[in-house]
Amino acid sequence: MSIVQTENLTYTYSLGTPFEKTAVKDVNIAIDEGELCGIIGHTGSGKSTLIQHLNGLVKPTSGSVFIDGQNIWDKGVKIRDIRFKVGLVFQYPEYQIFEDTVFKDIAFGPKNMGLSEDEVSRRVKDSAEIVGLRPETLGKSPFELSGGQKRRVAIAGVMAMEPKVLILDEPVAGLDPKGREKILAQIKRYRDEKNATVLLISHSMEDVARFTTKILVMENGGVFCYDTPPKVFGRAAELASMGLSVPQITRVINRLKSAGIDIPGDIYTVEYAVKKINEYLARK
Amino acid sequence: MLKDITIGQFFPGNSVLHRMDARFKIIITALFIAMLFSANTIIGLLPGILFMALCYALSKIPFRLMLKSLKPIIPIILFTSLLNIFFLDGVVLLRVGFVRITYDGILFTVMMILRIAALIAGSSLLTYTSSPISLTDAVESLLSPLKKLRFPVHELSMMMSIALRFIPTLIEETDKIMSAQKARGADMESGGLLHRAKALVPILIPLFVSAFSRAMELALAMECRCYQGGEGRTRLKVLHSKGADYIGLTIAMLFLDATVLVDLLL
Repeated sequence: MSIVQTENLTYTYSLGTPFEKTAVKDVNIAIDEGELCGIIGHTGSGKSTLIQHLNGLVKPTSGSVFIDGQNIWDKGVKIRDIRFKVGLVFQYPEYQIFEDTVFKDIAFGPKNMGLSEDEVSRRVKDSAEIVGLRPETLGKSPFELSGGQKRRVAIAGVMAMEPKVLILDEPVAGLDPKGREKILAQIKRYRDEKNATVLLISHSMEDVARFTTKILVMENGGVFCYDTPPKVFGRAAELASMGLSVPQITRVINRLKSAGIDIPGDIYTVEYAVKKINEYLARK
Repeated sequence: MLKDITIGQFFPGNSVLHRMDARFKIIITALFIAMLFSANTIIGLLPGILFMALCYALSKIPFRLMLKSLKPIIPIILFTSLLNIFFLDGVVLLRVGFVRITYDGILFTVMMILRIAALIAGSSLLTYTSSPISLTDAVESLLSPLKKLRFPVHELSMMMSIALRFIPTLIEETDKIMSAQKARGADMESGGLLHRAKALVPILIPLFVSAFSRAMELALAMECRCYQGGEGRTRLKVLHSKGADYIGLTIAMLFLDATVLVDLLL
């Protein structure tokens, strides 16, 4: 069953002013449990607005959102409970840090859930471990940490609520390549350990190609397609026409193919490309 | 919800009012306020209100927006009218126990409500129709005689324009931080006063941290571009007064005269 589902979801900003703008138009998505879904789309295509609907931060102008089969705007549904179920990490989440120690800041979410002190402490240590924060960091002030470390604290703060669905808005924006790699691997680890579903907005086609099981492509507030990475990146020309691209390696492969080299076209990670090119060379 | 605050907001457009010289708009707003405060009777307020209606019609700003600008002051209006209606002396209309309502009390209250509402709605029109930059330029230009007294006019207007410029940014930032904390289960809507005050901490601290770092960055960026104050600075947009500006000023003065006359005659 789909854990995240929307029906004809539409949202209009500043309704009734000159700034009126429909950010999300008639979106129907169904994301299955355990999926690691990448969301791509041009700036202003409605990605960020869409994900804020999924934990009830924004109320749709029309249409509905279902989490675990439950319409989150039904009467009797506590929206806070939905937020504990669907964890949302905003862009540049380090700007939400406010406590004087890393431990306390990560504990903010679990404490709001009303958990016992022992459970809060276990979750804080658990999530700090997942994002690679050393135990001695927990006692430090988060404001002394480097940018990348702060980002980890903020992500751990949401992971500590152990949401079934973890949504991240460009979690690795502005980090160096090594840091990006690590954080993405940690997010994957969270999914595997907690059997969670992950949705992740990214502008890097390489990251999306390597880390996701499905890709949701947004265009002008609507869904362009929702499919597996090979199928999505197989539509290179259409992606290009909406200002998106395919991973660099796919472009290389496409060029090799058009130069007459016989290799399959559904290649979108470097590792797979190396394998296929070696096979091709062996055949020759 | 923070986006609903419209006071000080600019609504781009191309009406006569939008195109007017901002200096004249400030003077006319001052005249408008004078109209409202020189009136002593409800009828005396009419020219001022009529003038405001005329301006709204010319500005093509939707009527809804005017009502919206009044929303935040409803509590103030309610509070002061309650005080006035029960505590003014005069011809008693109704008496229940020691609470009484007087004819003069009602008249005065209606007048006060009209005056406050017109004051806010009318002066909102100034920011609705002028961009923050043109407004601060206008303030600098209007205050420039004070330079002779060594008053730091340019610095003042620079501070004003920076403050105005960052209002939307900070509102957006607050919205974002609030959303982020709500996503972590922060509860800001329920609980007593103390609980709510405590709930503000996770919002205020990140907001201050980012406001300070923004200020540092801005100062650095200004210094990198050799900003050194108003001496010898030229402008991208120079304010020009046109015929329409003088006509507008004349009309506003006529309305002020009308207010004074109405008050004298009645």
